[in-house]
Amino acid sequence: MSEPRKPLKQIHLAAHFPGVNNTTVWSDPQAGSHIEFSSFAHFARTAERAKFDFLFLAEGLRLREQGGKIYDLDVVGRPDTFTILSALAAVTERLGLTGTINSTFNEPYEVARQFASLDHLSDGRAAWNVVTSWDAFTGENFRRGGFLPQDERYSRAKEFLATANELFDSWHGDEIVADPATGTFLSDAKAGAFVHQGQHFDIEGQFNVPVSPQGRPVIFQAGDSEEGREFAAAGADAIFSRYATLKEGQAFYADVKGRLARHGRTHDQLLILPAATFVLGDTDADAAELAREVRRQQVSGATALKHLEFVWNRDLSAYDPDGPLPDIDPDLGEHTLARGRAQVRMYRDPLATAREWRELAAANKWSIRDLVIETGNRQAFVGSAETVARTIDEFVQADASDGFILVPHITPGGLDAFADTVVPLLQERGVFRTEYEGTTLRDHLGLDRPAARSGSAAHGERAVAS
Amino acid sequence: MSSVPSSALPSSSSALHLAVALDGAGWHPAAWREPVARPRDLLTAGYWTDLVTEAERGLLDFVTIEDALGLQSTHFTEPDGRTDQVRGRLDAVLIAARVAPLTSHIGLLPTVVATHTEPFHISKAIATLDYVSTGRGGVRIQVSARRNEAAHFGRRTVPSFRIEDLESPAVQELTVDLFDEAADYVEAVRRLWDSWEDGAEIRDVATGRFVDREKLHYIDFEGAHFSVKGPSITPRPPQGQPPVGALAHESVTGAPFRLLGRSADLGFVTPHDAGQARAIVASVRAEQDAAGRAGEPLHLFGDLVVFLDDDPAEAAARKERLDTLAGYPYTSDARIFTGTPSQLADLLQELGEAGLTGFRLRPAVAGHDLPAITRGLVPELQRRGVFRHAYEADTLRGLLGLARPANRYAAAAAVAADAAADAVTTA
Repeated sequence: MSEPRKPLKQIHLAAHFPGVNNTTVWSDPQAGSHIEFSSFAHFARTAERAKFDFLFLAEGLRLREQGGKIYDLDVVGRPDTFTILSALAAVTERLGLTGTINSTFNEPYEVARQFASLDHLSDGRAAWNVVTSWDAFTGENFRRGGFLPQDERYSRAKEFLATANELFDSWHGDEIVADPATGTFLSDAKAGAFVHQGQHFDIEGQFNVPVSPQGRPVIFQAGDSEEGREFAAAGADAIFSRYATLKEGQAFYADVKGRLARHGRTHDQLLILPAATFVLGDTDADAAELAREVRRQQVSGATALKHLEFVWNRDLSAYDPDGPLPDIDPDLGEHTLARGRAQVRMYRDPLATAREWRELAAANKWSIRDLVIETGNRQAFVGSAETVARTIDEFVQADASDGFILVPHITPGGLDAFADTVVPLLQERGVFRTEYEGTTLRDHLGLDRPAARSGSAAHGERAVAS
Repeated sequence: MSSVPSSALPSSSSALHLAVALDGAGWHPAAWREPVARPRDLLTAGYWTDLVTEAERGLLDFVTIEDALGLQSTHFTEPDGRTDQVRGRLDAVLIAARVAPLTSHIGLLPTVVATHTEPFHISKAIATLDYVSTGRGGVRIQVSARRNEAAHFGRRTVPSFRIEDLESPAVQELTVDLFDEAADYVEAVRRLWDSWEDGAEIRDVATGRFVDREKLHYIDFEGAHFSVKGPSITPRPPQGQPPVGALAHESVTGAPFRLLGRSADLGFVTPHDAGQARAIVASVRAEQDAAGRAGEPLHLFGDLVVFLDDDPAEAAARKERLDTLAGYPYTSDARIFTGTPSQLADLLQELGEAGLTGFRLRPAVAGHDLPAITRGLVPELQRRGVFRHAYEADTLRGLLGLARPANRYAAAAAVAADAAADAVTTA
């Protein structure tokens, strides 16, 4: 009578500690510190209580500027990624610990050492989100400076990751004998030996962190360009996407998963995880009302004007955010107004964008602020816990993603309600774990431990158990 | 925190500061072969937590955590290919951060190699260590003249040399360059810590401003090896300036002591007797004067490798036994002490009178000599009235008697405002 049902996919959930962007509402009385460790500890413990796969931290290496001044309207400032993740390993037991670390202003030996150390110190919970997109402006904080053009950043990133993998693999897992009776600590004097000669790195020696519980940290990648998709398909364990609508999500999912076979990989070796914000209410109507309030908190009049400036490439501070859009056209010169921000895709043709926005605003009688609120990022999930749980499940079962990275708008308590109300409903639906089944992040994500180049179980039970 | 009335604290003139230097299974190369050692645990969080917790039980001021960007080696600039000693270690900053939430009073000074890392990254890492430990972070800055470590980065080359070549002109030039770069490094890190004034985060809902950008500062550091624009992305750490330490030996170039004089809150030095201690203290104080820091606190900690037992013969025999296992007599830049806690207390008091303000003890066998310090030496020093009975401060600066420094940019802004006010009133 009915078709045999596809087995239910298990949903992967992660939590992004909210930070430097205007989705983070700092003006709310419930908003706490985004710097104090107690905030991170609360957030991580909530994510672990909810049996999430991992916690995710973004990175920033230069304070943003607008019009030559430090941008002061959003949350400004954040702690160091590695240091926070290592401290969080002390207050959690199973939660994966994922950090964005760029490949432009770091060196492979040092980053590999830090991730391998974090993997040891967390008993196999480390993950690295490899990013590339940093500019000369950011480079002014670093020894090498910002000399890499866009295309070389990607080639450096690829070589950086390949080199780091060589270092992770340079110990095979059986070198540490540590036999007091014979006095043999290492079975191999050349443990960790590596040589890498390439376009960007010419390095050799011996890596000084023995193989970590996961072998290698889990590798995440973000990025939507053709190159980014290929990079992820070739070597990442998970990709962060920005597609949180069903249709776009399905298209991205099909495209990226379709690339795996070419790299000799299977469908389940790369997880697709869009970032998603959410607003929960007692009813769908409550949530919709609350979502409108949140949007107004996220987009103050001043923020609205600054967002418009990205398109107009002009100082618009004299305009009234509650008034009509500027009737002057955008400045088409070089865009130096906002620095330290990712290039926003929609602003490639500012004249067309301005025309479209003016028409929209006129037709709807929107002020500048209304326009930014209405056209800006919308919350991905708005509704009662039942609605949100059902929507997430439908999205994943329809192959629009393998799960979500949830970004609450309040630090650090913004995840609490989700953990308490949505997660139990997902568990009831049989699509989300009620208990961690393994101990490492690879276990949570259903990823195999990378094969060691050689070796046996002699390294000890920890490596074998993971 | 627990505290005692200030009258119960030893007076500052007689009080010793005490730290331990943690490195693998201990400082003796055969330490890992002792029954008490846990050689298969050296890469686990539990091992480090146990060590630091033990040090905190002894009310020590802080621990340092050794590190390097290459495998351990008995050779001065190269790997030695040995397989009979501990090889492999974890990043010290991450170890310190991992232990921080599980301790409450002890200071944490991981080692950072200035030669191959980025001051911007390290500044935010140590600031964050200070946040995760609520004011107990610090850093021990080290230079690397190891050729193999340079090859791990591929950005600069270092010649091969032996320890006997240290005073050759080429190696002297290298040493001066590395230490001067380290001084620049510390300066950039310190400016980054000050690049946010206290209270820069204002969360002013009325104007929509999260920070007062007048309280954020570009540091515009320009040095021979790097430049850094700033400001930091991490707000000023709880201590304002986490303490910076460095190990320094005598050199004809004077570069290591100059680094202490210019840049450090804590100097680790290696006198073998009271006379040497006096000479070293005088040299470092002269460098401090030359750097224009005459009045500023600069702790000088004497480093000692220690074998502690209840019977002095037992301690000496233990060293001999380990030397036999290692296949050679262990030597060190620091004095190697074998004896009882009481004998060590005598020595520390004697050296202390030569002008050292504290000691950093290097346990020969971590599993044996660290508990001997915390449970043998510390009670002995307490009986003599020269060591604390309880932690008297919540921050590392507090334990060391260092005030929380004013922010240099806030001070500069205040001076500029005064000058502007003067200009107005005199116009």
